[in-house]
Amino acid sequence: MRNFGIRITILIFFFISLTSNSIANISSSFINDITSKASNILSSQDTMEVKIQELVKIGENSVDIDGIGFYTLGKHRKSLNEDQKDQFKKIFREYFLKSFSTRLVEYKEAKIVVISEDIKNEKYTIVKSKLLATSNRPEISIDWRVYTKNPSKPLIRDLIIEGLSLARTQKEEFNSIIINNNGDVNALFTSLREFNNK
Amino acid sequence: MIKSLKIVIYAITIQFLVVSFSYGEEKEVKDCFEKINRATFAFNMALDKVLFRPVAKGYRKLPSPIRTGTSNALNNLSNLVTIPNNILQGDLKAAGNNTIRLIINTTIGIVGIFDPADVLGFEKLEKEDFGQTFGAMGIGEGCYLVLPVIGPSTVRDAVGSLISMSGGDAWYNVTVKNDTQYFKESDYYYSKLTEGVDFRAKNLESFDSLEKTSVDFYATVRSLYLQDRDRKIENLKVKTDTLDDSDWDSLDK
Repeated sequence: MRNFGIRITILIFFFISLTSNSIANISSSFINDITSKASNILSSQDTMEVKIQELVKIGENSVDIDGIGFYTLGKHRKSLNEDQKDQFKKIFREYFLKSFSTRLVEYKEAKIVVISEDIKNEKYTIVKSKLLATSNRPEISIDWRVYTKNPSKPLIRDLIIEGLSLARTQKEEFNSIIINNNGDVNALFTSLREFNNK
Repeated sequence: MIKSLKIVIYAITIQFLVVSFSYGEEKEVKDCFEKINRATFAFNMALDKVLFRPVAKGYRKLPSPIRTGTSNALNNLSNLVTIPNNILQGDLKAAGNNTIRLIINTTIGIVGIFDPADVLGFEKLEKEDFGQTFGAMGIGEGCYLVLPVIGPSTVRDAVGSLISMSGGDAWYNVTVKNDTQYFKESDYYYSKLTEGVDFRAKNLESFDSLEKTSVDFYATVRSLYLQDRDRKIENLKVKTDTLDDSDWDSLDK
């Protein structure tokens, strides 16, 4: 009976370790795949417009844009009605993809190396990587918060650059706009629309 | 008597600003002077466009070894503030490491231009200042401030800077306070200006792209500054492990 108990415990640990490894490997290879695709696009001879289109595709397929959008609304999320939620999802998606591709396209020599991964829980794995130094800038550490609730379709939810979370920065930026307009969420919608139409 | 009274009033004011505001309802750092801060930020941005950015671009054109040497020398100088703060935070190991680095790099490394200490196994650690020491002691940030030319700060960090200028920074003492005949006041200001240009040059693309893609750039810079200070006070290489997951979790419910 005691041996049976030990065997069950070993099996459970074996199973947990197998599951953990598979999530970790999935997350790690997922980030490796995205960064090498992005690196190829950025170093190609394509025009800026083509590069942006290609980066937008990567963003659409690998980032949980709706999730990030609602996260960045923070406490204001609860005040939205269904119609406003749909409106926000649409505006934020456009804003995010434009902002994401515009930021990335500036980096011509972007080589990212994945170093390790850390499974926080069944929903999140943090993939640690570094953007290699060039003659103009030092090495930069980038951590990727990967949402692994569906292991067959991992999605990025945050980028933590040198310890600074981009999602949190975005959340505080949006909060500032709403607060400075007496808590009116529509002011944020207007600012995002203006950015999208620029 | 009047002097003592003034000190008490200052202490109470600082205590009020630092403690009361920083531990408000939502535990967020309060931007008590936002209107003035935004005006100062606009001034700093204009100054950046006409002065710092062009100078940083020019600085970038210098050969890489010159920029690395300048950066190393400035970093070596910053040990004069870091070491006393390592001690105040009780981190004697870091204080020892930084003291040995300072001695080796100032002598063998020719006033810090080279970094032989790193080769000898004394690794470069994070800089520390009096604001970080206050933070490590558990004192809150107080209100967020934007200082002319200097940029983002908080009441706590500004008080820390005042301490540096009141005897806490040996480099300030030997230059501005003229404790010695070997340095001039201008040496201090040149070093600070070069530090600003060096930082700007390292962040040209990232700063520009952040500005281009922000809907409220002032709020973005405020968030990044406060996150960075927080990370430095906790002495973390990355903040990931301490990020609050509750808001993410509520998305999945």
